[in-house]
Amino acid sequence: MKTGSTEKVTGAKALIKCLEQEHVDTLFGYPGGALLPIYDELYDSDLRHILVRHEQAAAHAADGYARVTGKTGVCIATSGPGATNLVTGIATAYMDSVPIVALTGQVPSSMIGNDAFQEANITGITQPITKHNYLVQDANELPRVVKEAFHIASTGRQGPVLIDLPKDITTSEIEFYYPEKVELRGYKPTYKGNLQQIKRAAEEITKAERPVIYAGGGIINSNASAELVQFAEALMAPVATTLMGIGAIPTEHFLNVGMLGMHGSKYANYAIQESDLIIAVGARFDDRVTGKLESFAPNAKIVHIDIDPAEISKNIPVHIPIVGDAKQILKMLIKYVKRCKSEPWLAKIKEWKKEFPLTYKKDSKVIQPQFVIEKISEICKDAILVTEVGQHQMWAAQFFKYSEPRTFLTSGGLGTMGYGYPAALGAKVGRPEKLVVDISGDGSFQMNSQELATAVQNEIPVVAVILNNGYLGMVRQWQELFFDRRYSYTDISGSVDFVKLAEAYGALGLRAERPSEVGPAIEAAIKSERPAVVDVRVECEANVSPMVPAGAAINEILDLEEN
Amino acid sequence: MKHTLAVLVENRSGVLTRVAGLFSRRGYNIESLAVGVTEDLSVSRMTIVVEGDDNVLEQVTKQLNKLIDVIKVSDIGNDEAVERELALIKVTADVNTRAEIIQIANIFRARIVDVAPKSMTVEVTGDEAKLQAIEKLLRQFGIKEMVRTGKIALSRGPKKV
Repeated sequence: MKTGSTEKVTGAKALIKCLEQEHVDTLFGYPGGALLPIYDELYDSDLRHILVRHEQAAAHAADGYARVTGKTGVCIATSGPGATNLVTGIATAYMDSVPIVALTGQVPSSMIGNDAFQEANITGITQPITKHNYLVQDANELPRVVKEAFHIASTGRQGPVLIDLPKDITTSEIEFYYPEKVELRGYKPTYKGNLQQIKRAAEEITKAERPVIYAGGGIINSNASAELVQFAEALMAPVATTLMGIGAIPTEHFLNVGMLGMHGSKYANYAIQESDLIIAVGARFDDRVTGKLESFAPNAKIVHIDIDPAEISKNIPVHIPIVGDAKQILKMLIKYVKRCKSEPWLAKIKEWKKEFPLTYKKDSKVIQPQFVIEKISEICKDAILVTEVGQHQMWAAQFFKYSEPRTFLTSGGLGTMGYGYPAALGAKVGRPEKLVVDISGDGSFQMNSQELATAVQNEIPVVAVILNNGYLGMVRQWQELFFDRRYSYTDISGSVDFVKLAEAYGALGLRAERPSEVGPAIEAAIKSERPAVVDVRVECEANVSPMVPAGAAINEILDLEEN
Repeated sequence: MKHTLAVLVENRSGVLTRVAGLFSRRGYNIESLAVGVTEDLSVSRMTIVVEGDDNVLEQVTKQLNKLIDVIKVSDIGNDEAVERELALIKVTADVNTRAEIIQIANIFRARIVDVAPKSMTVEVTGDEAKLQAIEKLLRQFGIKEMVRTGKIALSRGPKKV
């Protein structure tokens, strides 16, 4: 279907026009030989281009941008190594269902398959980590491909889509028109839940005496937080969230029992194990959540609401599946459910909360890492928190008080160290009015610390707080617990002076060595309105607690904070 | 348990690797896979025989449906269906054995499609049991080479997948 008048343009120009049609305002990228025609067009374009220092950061930044705005993030890298450097970022987005479109340059069509300079078969490489991908073989197809890519990335279960653009495609001339509609006969996501199933679920839910809502990242993706809270209040059922579901319900809400799973609160895990009905919404029964599958929630019937039918009964047999969009289905369910007779259940949970609170060793001399998160929570209310992966990530999940969705960004599925800082840059670009804090460890930060240059050059004032314990802390914790304290290659102490590193890039570097210095350092970093790094020297061998060992049932919990 | 899936896909380059890649990375076993274009030139049809219980079949079906290029997945194993496979079997043959091989071929309504001084090639069509039976009988003469197309299937009656 052609719309409006057509005009003759190059493939590169057509790409820019397509991006404008998709209301893209920002690209995160890195140029290269195969991208020269596109970058030449970008030079005159109104699109904002954030030049990163490593392509992996471009993918993470597009991901961070997408998670905070709800829009599709866009990254761009050249052929060969540029494209392969995106891979970790694409895989991260795929595991966490984040809508991004990755554009890659490719060698000219005539050279594909010849092992040409900077050639990599990126569509082949990314096949298992993209929702879909394209190698454009005819410039006339480019507008349709871009239209489809954005549609696929942002609908159904969201995810990354890659478009590989051979150089000759970007230089050849086409008659430009942008299609209005997408026609994909093999792709029709289900949004509306089956009414029969919804009614069946409502009936079961109303009968439950010990219900638990198990809320995942799907709530955030479908913007269903308000409905989730309304639903929980209608039932009077506690809500346990996954790592990806954090922010779906405010931390302080009386029905929130926090995170469940390996490092979840004891009361969340106990609630799941003793529940008679679990309502899983936008969650996928990941191994970090369920622990040993055979002993997960042994007495519970399971209602599973998910937009991806392939998640139903993948790990855990489901009694009542409802396929569709969480927001729409919750809205419907609210109409049909009645309040559960859950008073004794809520009272029991309240007791558990009192008996097994999340705590840590208080210390006036040595900075405890959990204390840092509590300080950040106090100072940076309503901030967007981004994390790397490891102990600090779990502490950030446990001790920050969240009030809104899309304010906690973390690599949940893939567990990508080095995700946080570039994702935080993307988040700040997407929501410049918000304070964005990257909670990091000294290991993770070094995986993408070159992006300090990106922050400084593009004036992106993100505050990175490094919980510096001189170890690859999470691995060290496992070595301590399961490998007889044999700390094999997890000691990274003395690897770099983070204050000098920040200063070398032209960012602000600050350090806190005592508990009393933590607050002032973070405040100074925020006040500077510059890219800043706060190096916080924390207790070296602190552990994340509670902890369910891998493969154990989730009520077989190790209590580690007393050691 | 074996299941026969009819999978309609976009007739585009790269679709076969998407389907094959899905099976290998999710750990599903493909017994056989046959692919060709359909009455609609934009659509190819894959017939995939997969081994696994009902849970595996359900997962395979759902994962296939997630591929953008997959238009439709049907399990036609349980319906009444016409199932066929073609095999070419090159058998060691000389003056003494040629007649017997021809006789076996006739019984199976197979055809001799090539004869040479020391070999014969038999073309046989049928379901899996028939192919196995003739293969077993021909083995005594010495099978030099064999190639099979993999199963294709259509459900009986006017119904389409």
